[in-house]
Amino acid sequence: MSRTIAIEPVTRIEGHARITLQLNDEGRVDDARFHLTQFRGFEKFCEGRPYREMPALTARTCGICPVSHLLTSAKACDELLSVKIPPAAEKLRRVMNLAQLVQSHALSFFHLSSPDLLLGWDSDPARRNIFGVMTENPAMAKDGIRLRQIGQSIIEMLGGKKVHPNWAVPGGIAQPLSEETRDAMRKLLPEGLVIAKRTYAFYKKLIPQFAKEAETFGNFPTMFLSLVNAKGNLEHYDGWIRIKDAKGDIVEDMVPTDEYPRIIGEAVEPFSYMKFPYYKPHGYPRGIYRVGPLARLNNCNSCGTPFADVALAEFRTLQESQPVASSFHYHYARLVEIIYALESMDRLLRDPDIMATRIRARARSNRDEGIGIAEAPRGLLIHHYRIDDDGLMTWMNLIIATGHNNLAMNQGVKQVAQEYVDGSKLQEGMLNRVEAVIRCFDPCLSCASHAFGQMPIHVELRNAEGHLVDQLKRG
Amino acid sequence: MIQTPTPNVRVVTFKIDDRDFSAREDETIIQVAWENGIRVPSLCYLEGLSVWGACRLCVVEIVGSPRLVSSCSTRVAEGMEIRTDSERLQAYRRMILELLFSERNHVCSVCVSNGHCELQNLAQQCGMDHVRVPYRNKVYQVDSSHDLFRVDHNRCVLCSRCIRVCDEIEGAHTWDSKGRGIDTQVITDLNRPWGESDSCTGCGKCVQVCPTGALVQQGTSVGEMHKDRKFLPYLSRMRDAQ
Repeated sequence: MSRTIAIEPVTRIEGHARITLQLNDEGRVDDARFHLTQFRGFEKFCEGRPYREMPALTARTCGICPVSHLLTSAKACDELLSVKIPPAAEKLRRVMNLAQLVQSHALSFFHLSSPDLLLGWDSDPARRNIFGVMTENPAMAKDGIRLRQIGQSIIEMLGGKKVHPNWAVPGGIAQPLSEETRDAMRKLLPEGLVIAKRTYAFYKKLIPQFAKEAETFGNFPTMFLSLVNAKGNLEHYDGWIRIKDAKGDIVEDMVPTDEYPRIIGEAVEPFSYMKFPYYKPHGYPRGIYRVGPLARLNNCNSCGTPFADVALAEFRTLQESQPVASSFHYHYARLVEIIYALESMDRLLRDPDIMATRIRARARSNRDEGIGIAEAPRGLLIHHYRIDDDGLMTWMNLIIATGHNNLAMNQGVKQVAQEYVDGSKLQEGMLNRVEAVIRCFDPCLSCASHAFGQMPIHVELRNAEGHLVDQLKRG
Repeated sequence: MIQTPTPNVRVVTFKIDDRDFSAREDETIIQVAWENGIRVPSLCYLEGLSVWGACRLCVVEIVGSPRLVSSCSTRVAEGMEIRTDSERLQAYRRMILELLFSERNHVCSVCVSNGHCELQNLAQQCGMDHVRVPYRNKVYQVDSSHDLFRVDHNRCVLCSRCIRVCDEIEGAHTWDSKGRGIDTQVITDLNRPWGESDSCTGCGKCVQVCPTGALVQQGTSVGEMHKDRKFLPYLSRMRDAQ
């Protein structure tokens, strides 16, 4: 008898989602789906608003990565103004983007995923959260909280607020940097780097324990899409699009960001509010690709900073001669990127250019279409705007980083479910693994992180007639 | 009308919140209160413009009278005992603010006037922490046709300061209103886009007196619209002297 298992809500992710597992007569998983259950509607209700509101307005999409929306939107608006923003503004925007990378990756690794990694997938769900980590390994929990604080503090020093700073504006940024703020930011970085390196070394030792997870957690060949800079190195703020296939061959390179509609198509499915972007020339769903830390590290030639490049070389030993395919290694990639971000911020903050007081190019709208693209912590983020002659939005398209990974997340959920879930007798640990594969991608489904693993979970197993045959409650 | 002090008026004595005051009998309660640091909330009243009495936020109690009066349009009188901050008044003011917030789309976090808005300040001052009536969620357009300014009707509270300053100080009377009741809307000329207005001089006084983010300068992003009204008392005195 075929049955469906629903895991709702999926915990320790950002936003609201549900996973359904379709079981066949033998109780094995036939199909699995990852549903985004919330509807936001930003693209619609931004219509008719002045484009200058967009950076702050679209930043409200999210409380974890508002900086990504703020900056990407500001970049789209820079295009509407047809200006080249002053160098100080560009460099400081980069600093804020990297600070957000640190805080967001720290949140994903320490707060959301480390409970699984440290306490085990089958451990007691009541303890399997950041508080459990605090008991088990207080030094690590402290490190995580401190690292996130460092990222958040730099955002606050630059933008006045940790969450939703209205600091990036069309044409640049709102305030110049003071020497005092610069020094305060620089003071935080060495401690951050010590924590990042310590965590990286710790995780590297832990990796052999997770051989089976690495084998089965979203481990399949896909393409990888990310930005690279002019040298083909790691890039988060600007640059060109590169796509590599599963073998590591470059499929597309140095694609200017305004050509994204040529390579990225968008499909929709009735079971989710999330789009299914795909690589257009390969069609849907064959054009599956992944974005985010794993894709960025697979795609770049090098990081361009000393410690991160050592870590990158070690990351590449996870899989011989081709891109790292297992989504489990998103965690690893995140730790490498934290090191890179801290090193890069230090480099940027030593640059005398950032002290310039010319931080904003002033103009009115000079074009009716603008595209902004940047790397959010979770991958490529695209803001595409059209405005009328009066500067009011007539059309908007947002492709969110998490969306690019939608096909891969669905495939990953299926892979893990088929490996671990036995429908004849449900066990909480089985379902937690299904959730854990989603956590590898660190999806950002809405605007805020919810309770750390404290959300109640209620899984029901119903037969084809809809009768309850088994259930599991958590929380 | 602009209030002009007339010579030889009587001085009256009265109480505001149990404190003794004396003032000229042609002064209003709000004028005396504000001069003495008693911050009666108000939205439509602005020193230098005629009195409108529309927002009702400045209502006060007069001992011995069952009805509330608006302090901007009521003159002080001999022996008057005025209360500006009772629980009853606070409840009325909060309700007025909640109704204002529910009427249009005042989303502070993404407004260009965020942090510098009189409506937002009043909500904080009066302890309005939520809205108990349903939001209307009615869609209002933004008119961004003017080179220098734009009007976002979503943020308008119909205080009519723009209409009064344009008429009484600038003398252009570009602004007026159309419709009735809750559907009233401020308009430029005979409901033409602002950018096509023949009468608008582009002086920007309406923008500066607007208490919210309804009338703003072009080129401002969220939280960047600071209004400067220092010109108003000066101009109003100069107009008066003519």
